[in-house]
Amino acid sequence: MTRTFESALAHERTVGDPSSPFGGGSTRSAYLKPDGEPDFAALQGSAEFKALRSRLRRFVFPMTAVFILWYMAYVLFAAYAHTFMSKKVFGEINVGLIFGLLQFVSTILITVLYVRYARNKIDPAVDEVRELAGVPKQ
Amino acid sequence: MTTRILAADATGSPTLNLSVFLVFVAITLYIVYRASSSNRTAADYYAAGSSFTGVQNGVALSGDFLSAASFLGISGLISVYGYDGFLYSIGWIVAWLLGLLLVGERLRNTGRFTIGDVMAYRTRQRPVRAAAATATLVISFFYMLAQMSGAGSLVALLLNISSKTGQAFAIVGVGVVMLLYVLMGGMKGTTWVQIIKAGLLLTCVTMITVFLIGKFGFSLSNLFSSAAQHSSLGDKVLAPGAEYGATDWTKLDFVSLALSLVLGICSLPHVLMRFYTVPDAKEARRSVVSATWVMVVFYLCTLAIGFGAMALVGPDVIKHAPGGQNSAAPLLAFRIGGPVLLGIVSAVAFATILAVVAGLTLAASASFAHDVYANVIKRGHSDPRQEVRVARLTAIVVGLLAIVGGIAANGQNVAFLVSLALALAASANLPTLLYSLFWKRFNTSGTLWSIYGGLTSCVILIIFSPTVSGSSTAMLTNVDFHWFPLGNPGIVSIPLSFLFGFLGTVLSRRPDDESVEKQPEMEVRSLTGIGSQAGV
Repeated sequence: MTRTFESALAHERTVGDPSSPFGGGSTRSAYLKPDGEPDFAALQGSAEFKALRSRLRRFVFPMTAVFILWYMAYVLFAAYAHTFMSKKVFGEINVGLIFGLLQFVSTILITVLYVRYARNKIDPAVDEVRELAGVPKQ
Repeated sequence: MTTRILAADATGSPTLNLSVFLVFVAITLYIVYRASSSNRTAADYYAAGSSFTGVQNGVALSGDFLSAASFLGISGLISVYGYDGFLYSIGWIVAWLLGLLLVGERLRNTGRFTIGDVMAYRTRQRPVRAAAATATLVISFFYMLAQMSGAGSLVALLLNISSKTGQAFAIVGVGVVMLLYVLMGGMKGTTWVQIIKAGLLLTCVTMITVFLIGKFGFSLSNLFSSAAQHSSLGDKVLAPGAEYGATDWTKLDFVSLALSLVLGICSLPHVLMRFYTVPDAKEARRSVVSATWVMVVFYLCTLAIGFGAMALVGPDVIKHAPGGQNSAAPLLAFRIGGPVLLGIVSAVAFATILAVVAGLTLAASASFAHDVYANVIKRGHSDPRQEVRVARLTAIVVGLLAIVGGIAANGQNVAFLVSLALALAASANLPTLLYSLFWKRFNTSGTLWSIYGGLTSCVILIIFSPTVSGSSTAMLTNVDFHWFPLGNPGIVSIPLSFLFGFLGTVLSRRPDDESVEKQPEMEVRSLTGIGSQAGV
């Protein structure tokens, strides 16, 4: 709550004093242009943004590779390994059905993992960058 | 002979089917009318003023995907071919991860109304907007044909209308009601229709599934063995290969189809546009999560419904029923719940077509009005009220095209048309979106190459595929000009369009000024939402 208030204050300061965007003791104003608009190039270069970007990419790119490879593995088995897929495990339930249901399970698992990761690692990092720009948190 | 009689009986009472459907239309039209009272600005018409919550939008998103093709189509495929139909469900579940991990939140942060907003963010406006709109219109049109031709066969089954003229009248009726939703309700009305429909559909399939599982002694194994006994394919229906296992080409075709399924969904313009109806990226994430839950439940139920229909109705009866495979779910409903349940399931299936076609019309009209009219013709200086007027006019034109196209395509293979639209979407939109969100060097030339390259290569491969000519199930049976061996072009055209986007970028002499200037803004905005329009 107080952080939002502070950043609102920072925003006001820069808008109120357009003549000294880099001075005036407020480091936050470095990320705002004289007209009070966010300076995107400066934000992009900030350590906070770089941290956010690498956190996001470190999770979503490998995870995308994992789910696509896992899905393609399933598809290739379904297309080319009929004997393996029709092997019965118990009752009428065969490998193919279990493999297929595992795709449901992995989708749910990745969804849950991502939501947790986003809440704990990405959203706070987003809020930090938003604070630099004097924009209220989402 | 007995099969014939059973199939005819299974239509239940056309009057009852029609009245349940009309009640649905009346209720939804009233809700759309109420929702539309605040429908004034462009943001209201295109994005419902970004006022929906993540969960509401998630249900609507799944509604967009629980189309006639996936409800009637998948349960039908499972009831006849068994396991091979299940493969569709899996592709359509896994596909949401793409929307969750890469596209949804970034799209919400960056764009406002259309996918052109994202693609043209850091490129020259006019050529890219025109390209994005072309892709949206082509993809939506093919997808719409699939839905409308599905309406024809559904009418055949439910109202027992077998003449083409009678079915044409029914398609006109569907088109007119759909236009009413779009014109009166805009995105808000259409979203409410999707939410109501998805709720009804989910309730229906869950009830049927619980009943089925109970009937087979709470054992999936019993359900499967009983299903296999009723199929002439026997145990084969429980493993992959009953439909696609014939030759090496059909196997590769299956892999290609699977690729289009998983990459196509979160590239469809009407699905992407849904992300703009929520206030921010967190809600966009919540939408995908809720949509995933709904879809997981739904597709597990279709598995039971498909095999249940195989066991209780039998593949032969289904194949000979008016409407063919697509009639599996309604026939099963009749078998277990009599004419009343059939009436409800049919009404829901109809509602599905209505709602999905409304969403498509909205996406197409938004893209034309916002990308072509406001940004290409008026160069970004249009009056917003005029823009909405253009969007409404476009919706009418698109609606008329859908009606005419639907009548022409009546009787065509629905699954083929859907997989075609998915391959087109995955080829034209996905590489472009991913590159522009994540690749710094990407520029105007790369964007145009990947959109047009993906679209063109995909269309060319389809034209020269066995689905158009040269096979027994082709659209044109008296000529043969095919040279591409696969029915689905995805496995070639999707990598090709990634390659086009890459080559178009690296071969252009320098990054264009727009791209250099706007890249920081786009990247920061896409990850943090700074500068994006919040909900009203």
